[in-house]
Amino acid sequence: MKTLTRRDFGVAVAAAILLPATAARADDMEVHIDNFVFQPAELTVKVGTTVTWTNRDDIPHTVVSAGKFRSKTLDTDDKFSFTFTNAGDYKYFCSLHPHMTGMIKVE
Amino acid sequence: MSGHDHGEDGVSRRKVLECMTWAGTGVLWTITGGVPRSLGIIDSAQAATAATPGMTFLQISDSHVGFDNPANPNALGTLEEAVAKINAMPTKPSFMIHTGDITHLSKAAEFDNAERIISQSKLDVHYVPGEHDFLDEDVKFYRERYGRGTKGAGWYSFDAGGVHFIGLVNVVDLKAGGLGNLGAEQLAWLEDDLRGKSKSTPIVLFAHIPLWTVYPEWGWGTEDGGRALEYVKGFGSVTVLNGHIHQVMQKVEDNVTFHTARSTAFPQPAPGTAPSPGPMKVEDARLRAMLGVASVNFKQNEQRLAIIDTPLQG
Repeated sequence: MKTLTRRDFGVAVAAAILLPATAARADDMEVHIDNFVFQPAELTVKVGTTVTWTNRDDIPHTVVSAGKFRSKTLDTDDKFSFTFTNAGDYKYFCSLHPHMTGMIKVE
Repeated sequence: MSGHDHGEDGVSRRKVLECMTWAGTGVLWTITGGVPRSLGIIDSAQAATAATPGMTFLQISDSHVGFDNPANPNALGTLEEAVAKINAMPTKPSFMIHTGDITHLSKAAEFDNAERIISQSKLDVHYVPGEHDFLDEDVKFYRERYGRGTKGAGWYSFDAGGVHFIGLVNVVDLKAGGLGNLGAEQLAWLEDDLRGKSKSTPIVLFAHIPLWTVYPEWGWGTEDGGRALEYVKGFGSVTVLNGHIHQVMQKVEDNVTFHTARSTAFPQPAPGTAPSPGPMKVEDARLRAMLGVASVNFKQNEQRLAIIDTPLQG
């Protein structure tokens, strides 16, 4: 067995760190609605990612991207998920409180 | 009232805005020839109203039936208290307007409960919808109950006691990044509705979201509200009654008095004083001082229109 050089060790560590992130690529990403704000307001994800929005306000909200997706009314703690199968910029807003806007960038 | 009053001295009167005094939980406004005057606190206001009968109507708003979060675990109960308050008023109102968000989630049971309580006032109620009243899948519950005889998403007008009332809908087809919205079709209807009306006719516009820009950062305003206000510019007395922001707020601009009513369900923070416009949790003992109804009195011969905000308590 070869002695582990410092360089090899670095690569091994990098791979170990990257692996979970790579495996999680197409897994859930979360957007929270708190205080009438989508957080994060802008999110960059890979194609195939499912994004789940959770309303943590005392007031119902919706998640609407014209022509792309539209949630039902989300009461407190309700969730809405959408899987992004195409690259592009998806601007969305709350149709009840239209000053609430967000964006999912799909690469 | 007569057209002569308005034509000859209405303008000069309108330039004078006297005494914008906030007095505790309520303030009375009377409008004479388009000039709003603050006459005093609730008690003296009620006395004045009782002394000189005219046409009185009530405004309730934002009953959010179904809301049960910490800011008020029993919104149906406080609506019931509001109706009891109305039934106990010394002057029986001619009718009531409800400026929207009757329910919290547009569930059939919420509409039924609201109707059961509000009908105990035994008053005719003229509704306009809030955004919380159009949340059911088919957007039909509000329309089935209150949409008969209305145009578009539910706008209409009627006359009562010499005043022309116009109920507008500014909670549908909202645009990303924008505010409340009336839309071209409704604005065209409004222009047509006002055509040919004598400029001395007092006008009351009511809608859920404020037609004036209260605080755009929280969406408290109507994108094309200015267009609606253009159409009422020539009228001597215009009163705009809104809800949505769950607190009393007033502004006077030329011939127009803007007024928002309290909610019967839960208070919301003053603009910019909290991270969001969401329900404001206050001490239980303070809640009922921040909920309430408004009564509006119009005296035919004196051209007066007085708005009295009455809290549920305090």
